Amino acid sequence: MIEFNHIRKSFGDKVVLEDVSHVMETGKCNLIIGQSGSGKTVMQKCLVGLFEPDEGEIIYDGVSFTDMNVEERKLLRQQIGMLFQGSALFDSMTVEQNIMFPIDMFTNKSFADKLKRVNEVLERVNLVGINNKFPAELSGGMKKRVGIARAIVLNPKFLFCDEPNSGLDPQTSMVIDKLILDITREFNMTTVINTHDMNSVMEIGENILYLYKGKKEWTGNKKDIIFSKNERLNEFIFASEFLHDAKDMRMLEAKGKISDDRDMDELLNGDKID
Amino acid sequence: MRMYWKELMHQCVEIGIGSLGIVVIISVFMGAVSAVQTSYQLVSPLIPSTTIAQIVRDTVILEFAPTVVCIVLAGVIGSKIASELGNMRVSEQIDALEIMGINTKSYLIMPKIVACLLTIPMLVILSMVLGILGGRLAGTATGIISPDTYDMGLLMNFVPYNVFFALIKSYTFAFIISTIPSYYGYYVKGGALEIGRSSTKSVVISCIMILFADYILAALLLDKAG
Repeated sequence: MIEFNHIRKSFGDKVVLEDVSHVMETGKCNLIIGQSGSGKTVMQKCLVGLFEPDEGEIIYDGVSFTDMNVEERKLLRQQIGMLFQGSALFDSMTVEQNIMFPIDMFTNKSFADKLKRVNEVLERVNLVGINNKFPAELSGGMKKRVGIARAIVLNPKFLFCDEPNSGLDPQTSMVIDKLILDITREFNMTTVINTHDMNSVMEIGENILYLYKGKKEWTGNKKDIIFSKNERLNEFIFASEFLHDAKDMRMLEAKGKISDDRDMDELLNGDKID
Repeated sequence: MRMYWKELMHQCVEIGIGSLGIVVIISVFMGAVSAVQTSYQLVSPLIPSTTIAQIVRDTVILEFAPTVVCIVLAGVIGSKIASELGNMRVSEQIDALEIMGINTKSYLIMPKIVACLLTIPMLVILSMVLGILGGRLAGTATGIISPDTYDMGLLMNFVPYNVFFALIKSYTFAFIISTIPSYYGYYVKGGALEIGRSSTKSVVISCIMILFADYILAALLLDKAG
């Protein structure tokens, strides 16, 4: 579990995060959503320690991350895996070397053991037989999966994903979402995902924090979103006509009216729903 | 520690072996041109031919091998270091290392500095040998000076301190070549355009710093020697 209280972060005069508090739950996909520039990435970078918050406290499993010294943070970071927006694979290394890198750094395992672990995680992300390929030879989706494999190779307790679906087609995005969800449940990790992909929100949003201009605007889960009356959230999530209709459909479905042909006709004719 | 050693060895190969070709080529030609031009300027029959070898030896050891080679290496190695680190920065590879709990400055920059300090003086020594050999080859091929006279000239009035001075210069320049591009690459912000800009800037500043350091060292150490 990751808890953060009253986080504030500014760059010069520009305040990016203001009094943000939330709890990221263990074994769930915790989403941070918001428009571009709303502070999602800064929030995540504060959580992993790439940025220092000006104010507030971050607590990992009851231990204050804010109060940790460099060595304590170094130890904690060995329990953190992160998937970056651009995958951030090391260009000069093969897939195998990329995934083996954290094991090389932090363990004294034999090469055979390391290779076994690399093949295990590659199999887990459905990528077998690409050990000797370089990142430049992989598609966007494959790079993301290699990034996930590298992030989970040391069995981390916390997984951070920054825009895991950016630049991917909807089908591949769903594969990545499902993979992250499955891994989160399988290893009981605390997963924090930054996204503005609405499919992801509706698929894996078990605990959602919506940021609006650097402030906490709304929290809930994917079911709560359907019935939310928060205007800013609705404008953001259901911005397109298609998603707006989808919301109406879901509401009807939830109210048990979807089987009524007359209601469907009303919906398709654009009638308002109570 | 094993990974740091591995990275150091990797950088030694990249920097040392990777620059070998250009160092060999420029050293041989520098020595050859130096021999031909010295002979062209020594028009008096009162000056012995051995003087050509002495001038080639001293110019190669004092200036050509350490300074000219290091300016070329500032371009070759400096741009490589700056663009490599810059690319790692903008593609979040440095952030990925930080997240893993790795001290990126000591993992990425320190091996480059140490590798430069180890390999560049070796390249400079190689350049001295090849430059002197280049002069011998050119002198023999053009008939300016016989090999025996050239060898005799090389041994006349030799000051070993000059080699020591050249090595001090090469260590100083190696530090400049590795640190300035590392700084510009590590702290680059933006995208591909900024990587190119920081790479060019780092090479220009390294070259200026090398020339400045060259003057300071000459003023301090050669004066002291005299």
